Amino acid sequence: MSFVLVQVIVGGLLLGAVYALFSSGLTLVWGMMNIVNFAHGDFVMLGMYVAYVVYTLMGGGPLLGAPLATLVLATVGVVVYFALIRDIMKGPMLAQILGTFGLALLLRYSVFWWFGANFLSMPQNIVGGTFAVAGLRIEASRLLAGVVAILVTLGLHLLLTRTSLGSKMLAVAEDATAAQLMGIRPDTMQAIAWGIAAGATGLAGALIANFFYIVPTVGETLGIVAFVTVSLGGFGSVPGALVAGLLIGVIESLSGYLIGAVYKDIVVYVLFLLFLWFRPQGLMGKM
Amino acid sequence: MTLKHVTGLLCAAAMSIALAAGARAEDKVVKIGVILPMSGGTASIGAHAKAALEVAMDIINNAHPELGNLPLAKKAGLAGLGGAKIEAVFADNQGNPATGQNQALRLITEDKVAAVFGAYQSGITLTSSAIAEKYGIPYLNSESVAANLTERGFKWFFRTTPIATDFAKAYVDFLADMKASGAKTDAIALVHDNTEYGTSVANTISAAFKEKGQPVALDVAYPVNATDVQGQVLQLKDKKPDVIIMISYTSDAILFAKTMQSLDYKPAILLADDAGYSDPSFIKAVGKISQGAFNRSSWSVGPAGSPSAIIADMYKKKSGEEMDDTVGRQMQGFFVLADAIDRAGSTDPAKIQAALKATDLKPEQLMMGYKGVKFDDKGQNILASGLIIQLQDGENYTAVWPKANAEKAPVLPYKGW
Repeated sequence: MSFVLVQVIVGGLLLGAVYALFSSGLTLVWGMMNIVNFAHGDFVMLGMYVAYVVYTLMGGGPLLGAPLATLVLATVGVVVYFALIRDIMKGPMLAQILGTFGLALLLRYSVFWWFGANFLSMPQNIVGGTFAVAGLRIEASRLLAGVVAILVTLGLHLLLTRTSLGSKMLAVAEDATAAQLMGIRPDTMQAIAWGIAAGATGLAGALIANFFYIVPTVGETLGIVAFVTVSLGGFGSVPGALVAGLLIGVIESLSGYLIGAVYKDIVVYVLFLLFLWFRPQGLMGKM
Repeated sequence: MTLKHVTGLLCAAAMSIALAAGARAEDKVVKIGVILPMSGGTASIGAHAKAALEVAMDIINNAHPELGNLPLAKKAGLAGLGGAKIEAVFADNQGNPATGQNQALRLITEDKVAAVFGAYQSGITLTSSAIAEKYGIPYLNSESVAANLTERGFKWFFRTTPIATDFAKAYVDFLADMKASGAKTDAIALVHDNTEYGTSVANTISAAFKEKGQPVALDVAYPVNATDVQGQVLQLKDKKPDVIIMISYTSDAILFAKTMQSLDYKPAILLADDAGYSDPSFIKAVGKISQGAFNRSSWSVGPAGSPSAIIADMYKKKSGEEMDDTVGRQMQGFFVLADAIDRAGSTDPAKIQAALKATDLKPEQLMMGYKGVKFDDKGQNILASGLIIQLQDGENYTAVWPKANAEKAPVLPYKGW
């Protein structure tokens, strides 16, 4: 195997970890609560802007920006749940789709109005630049995002499977009425789930901001990948999203390098559709 | 609601109608439909263009004797239409050819605009101008460079910008000059997106080099608004071309600059075909890691106090940005259209079309470095031209080629960061 190919695969894994990172919030909301959040990409965008503001106003790097973005977005998530989601959940599926889509546009154009349409960027060396391991070039900011992706996945997985809070959230997802009879408040659980999901998404945005450009419409570019990652990984499966993200990253990079970048999305989506044909529940989803 | 309230409301309504009617009688307004990307991946371009056109309208609608020979600057409004004001009706193309087409239809049928101006992306100019052609409304394009736009036999389409074929020829000559001065320019790679702009410009450039007996060595195409370009950069790093020519919009241009740095890839010569590389937000975001990039331009700010320098100041006050080639070409195109309407002395489409055909502007009547504005039968400005500029310090472009227009000598190789 040629050396460049190894670099391509390493690049693909790092890219995939980032895909997994910004998909974990979506899998929680979509997979467990059965709500398609079209504003997901714009939550990522908000996280990026929080990190950018932290950098420009306070000169803080990701050590300050990432936790702050997590907090801000977690708050946004809870507010959005009480102000919008709680009500539209009672309506038909279409209301949910249009509601979250409207939210996406509201967020996007609010940022547009406030920050303008210009492309912004963090300084290149905000997280230690690029280093070489055995001749392979690894961008520190991408590696950081990749490591955090794995930690977030692990954290969410443990939360859902090993804690009573997690069990309560799963119970509400399974049957809200039954959960209520057991003394669990569905409203509270779902608000917490939205807070966690949005917080993880904000964290993802803050870390992606270190190596991607920042613009109000960036959510459009990133959002679609998140939906594909979640469906491939299996609805509601947090580890599934990680594996799916890595898989998509590597396939994209390899096909982009070997066949040509214009065809890489075709390769990814053909494989994606074939896979779902044989296994509609995704990699690790339940039927 | 009491009777008093009703009477009050009626009075207010009557007054506002009277006021509106009065205003209409006093200032005649000529509406021009303007289609631009105000949202989507190239929204920064649309925001800059809007500010530039507002400056252009200020120059046309108010008296600006300091601007010398620039048509319509001296007096307020269009003299040919009794001092009528120009009003732009802005429409968002959302970076989408179908949306651009719908907007053209709306501007023509509902807003009843006298002419259409737009639409930045070649692919959207293609679709929206077809509507203007169908309705017989003049369409002026100032910045789309895909060659085929003026090859459709359209009667209502006019284009002021130099186009892909002009620039392709300039690139060939520029690289030949660089080779003569000792640089290696044998293997050329084209890096372009898959839009109308990216593919058609890439085809034009590769045809121009082929004609010179120097076929393009590597063609790297990628989908527009990419999430990742590591594969493409590695491909370049692997094949080691001497020259890479970048044909990219802003978002992808930024991603390429960042990825090239992280993968430590520097070509000997990086030559950009305008678009993203001329966007001030590209320079702010990654200018410092793109030092030494060449680019094409028809804009040069000129000495202090010159019309172009005054306009650049007005634009900076309005937008907070430095004037760049793209907005310059847009303002220039808008002036040409306004000048034609003025000479037509009417908003009748056929008269505007005839006036556009008769356009013959000299270099001293222009803000851009064209040799003039004169349209051929296809609607293309045959006197459009440009030069090569270089981002030497990572902050401002300087004219470096051809020698006659150069402020500084070109610096090789590409420095990057």
